[in-house]
Amino acid sequence: MESRGRQPVADVALQGGSVSIAETSDRSKVLQKLRLTDIGFRLLTRGAAIAVLLILGGIIVSLVWGSWEAMSKFGFAFLVTESWNPVTEQFGAISPIYGTIVTSIIAMVIAVPIGLFIALFLTELCPMFLRRPIGIAIELLAGIPSIIYGIWGLFVFAPFLQQYVQPFLINTLGNVPGIGGLFAGPPYGIGILTAGLILAIMVLPFITSISRDVFAAVPPVLKEAAYGLGCTTWEVSRYVVLPFTRVGVIGGVMLGLGRALGETMAVTFVIGNAHRISASILAPGTTISATIANEFTEAVESVYTSSLILLGLILFVITFIVLAFARIMLMRLNARVGA
Amino acid sequence: MALVSGANSPLYAQRRRKNGITMGLAYAATGFGLTWLVLILAVLLWEGFSGLSLRVFTEMTPPPGSAGGLLNPILGSLVMTGLAVIIGTPLGILAGTYMAEYGRYDKLSSVVRFINDILLSAPSIVIGLFVYEIMVAQMGHFSAWAGAIALAVIVVPVVVRTTEDMLTLVPDTLREAAASIGLPRALMIQKVAYRAARAGMITGVLLAVARISGETAPLLFTALNNQFWSTNMNAPMASLPVVIFQFALSPYKDWQELAWTGALIITLSVLTLSIIARALASQSKSQ
Repeated sequence: MESRGRQPVADVALQGGSVSIAETSDRSKVLQKLRLTDIGFRLLTRGAAIAVLLILGGIIVSLVWGSWEAMSKFGFAFLVTESWNPVTEQFGAISPIYGTIVTSIIAMVIAVPIGLFIALFLTELCPMFLRRPIGIAIELLAGIPSIIYGIWGLFVFAPFLQQYVQPFLINTLGNVPGIGGLFAGPPYGIGILTAGLILAIMVLPFITSISRDVFAAVPPVLKEAAYGLGCTTWEVSRYVVLPFTRVGVIGGVMLGLGRALGETMAVTFVIGNAHRISASILAPGTTISATIANEFTEAVESVYTSSLILLGLILFVITFIVLAFARIMLMRLNARVGA
Repeated sequence: MALVSGANSPLYAQRRRKNGITMGLAYAATGFGLTWLVLILAVLLWEGFSGLSLRVFTEMTPPPGSAGGLLNPILGSLVMTGLAVIIGTPLGILAGTYMAEYGRYDKLSSVVRFINDILLSAPSIVIGLFVYEIMVAQMGHFSAWAGAIALAVIVVPVVVRTTEDMLTLVPDTLREAAASIGLPRALMIQKVAYRAARAGMITGVLLAVARISGETAPLLFTALNNQFWSTNMNAPMASLPVVIFQFALSPYKDWQELAWTGALIITLSVLTLSIIARALASQSKSQ
C-alpha cells in the first residue's frame, strides 16, 4: 500500500479494478475514460447550476402563462380595482395588495426595533455563558413552521385581542382625532391588526438572528477604540456598530420584509378573508397569499383561477424586488468586512 | 468642548442616563420577545400533549364528530418529504458543486448564487402555483407527485447553499494534494472534497427536511388532501400541515384537538431535525 500512493492514478485504476476495464487494456484507454468521466461530471454539475436558473425562469413563465387570461381581460385596471366578485367574474387586486402591505408594515414597525435591541443585547450585554443558548433558541424558533403561528393566532391570540386589547384600543385611541378611524368598529378579534402582530412575532427571530450575525461581524478593534475613548455601550452601538453595519441591517430587515410579504399560513388563519379596504385596522381584510390559499381550490371558472395566479405573479414580483435589494445590501456589507 | 469633564459633570450624568435607558430597553426587548415565543411553545405543548395518544399514530383521520388519528397524513407527509429529498438533493448538490469547484469565480456562478438566494426566501405559495401550472393543470388532477415536486423545488436552494458553503470551506491544499498524485478533477471532488465536507452537506439536507416538513402552502393545491389511506402517487394525498389547516378552521372540537396534536408532532420533529443538524455542523467545524 505504501507504493500505491506514488503511482499515477491510471495505474492504480488498472490494478484496483475500480475502472471496469479488462486487465489487458492499455493505459491510454483508462486515461481516456477518466478524461471522459471528468468532462461528463463537469457538464453534469454545470447543467444542475443552470437548472436552478431554469426553476426561476419556469416560475415566471408559468405564472405569466397562467395569468394571461386575467391580464388580457382586466389589464392594468386589475391593479386598482377593489371589487372581487366570483359571481359576476369581476376581479381586482387592490384590497389584497393593500392588506399585504399594511400587515407587513405593522409587522416591521414592531419587529425591527425589538429585533435590533435583542441583537444588541446578545452582542454587547448578555453574559458569555448565556449567549450561545439564547442565540440557538432564537435560531430554532426562526425554523418553526408558520402554520404553528397560525393555529396559535386563531385559538389563543385572536380571542385574547378581542376580549382585552381591542376594546381598550377602541375606547382610547379610537377617540383620538386624526388616528381614531384606524381603531374604529367592533372588536372582531381576527383582522388586519391581528395578522400584522402574528407576522411580527414570526419575523422577530428572523430579524434578530440576522442582525446579531451582522453586529458580530464588526471588527472588535473599532469597538475597543471607541470604548477606549470613554464611550458608553449605547454610544458605541449607535455611533460605531450601527453605521458600520447599516447596509447589513437594511439587508436583514428587507429579508424579514420579504418573508412577511409572502407569508401564507400564519396570516390566512387570522385575517378574516374579506375583500374590502377598511379605514380601521381592526377590521377583517385579506392578503395576496391568504386569498390564494383560501380560494384557489374553490375557483372553478378559468377567469377566477387566472386572476388568482395573476395575484401570485404580483406577489412574486414584489418579493423578488425586495429580496434582490436585500441581497445586494448584504453583499455590500460582506465586501466591506472582507476588505 | 471641555476635555476634562469630571464624573459629576452634567454631560457625563446625561450620557450615563441615556445609556441606562437604552440598555434597559435592550433587556426589556429581549424579555418581551422571548416571552411571546415561550408562550407559543407552552400553549402548543399543553394543547398538543392533552390530545396525544396511541390512536393518533394508528387510526385514520375521522369524519367530523368522531374520534380518530392522524395516520394517513403522517404517512403522506413522510412519503412526499422523502420523495422531495430524493429529487431535490442530487440537483442541489451538483449545482453547489459547480459553484464551489468548477466555476467559483465565473459569471454563471455569481448569477446562480444570486438567484438561488432569492429562491431560498421566495414565497412558498408561489411555488405551489408554479407546480400547479406545470403539473396539476397539465395532468388534469391533483396528485402526490405534484406535492413532492413542489417540496423538491423548496429543497433545492437550501441544499445548493449549504453544499457551496461547505465545499468552499474545504482547504485548497487538500485539492492540490489530490491533483498532485494525478487524480482527475471529478474524482478529486468525489473522493476528497465531498468526504471533507460530508457532515456539512448532511446538515444542509437535514435543514431542508426541517424546512419542508412544515410547509403547507405549496401542498394546498398540488397534493390537496385525502381523508383516506392512499399510496397512489397519482391521486391526492393527505399531509400533516394541510390536515392541520383544514381541521383547525373547522367548527368541530375533535378536529381542532387533532390539529393541535398534529402541530405538536410537526414542531417536535422540526426542532429535533434542527438540533441534530446543528450538532453535526458544530462537530464538523471542530474537526
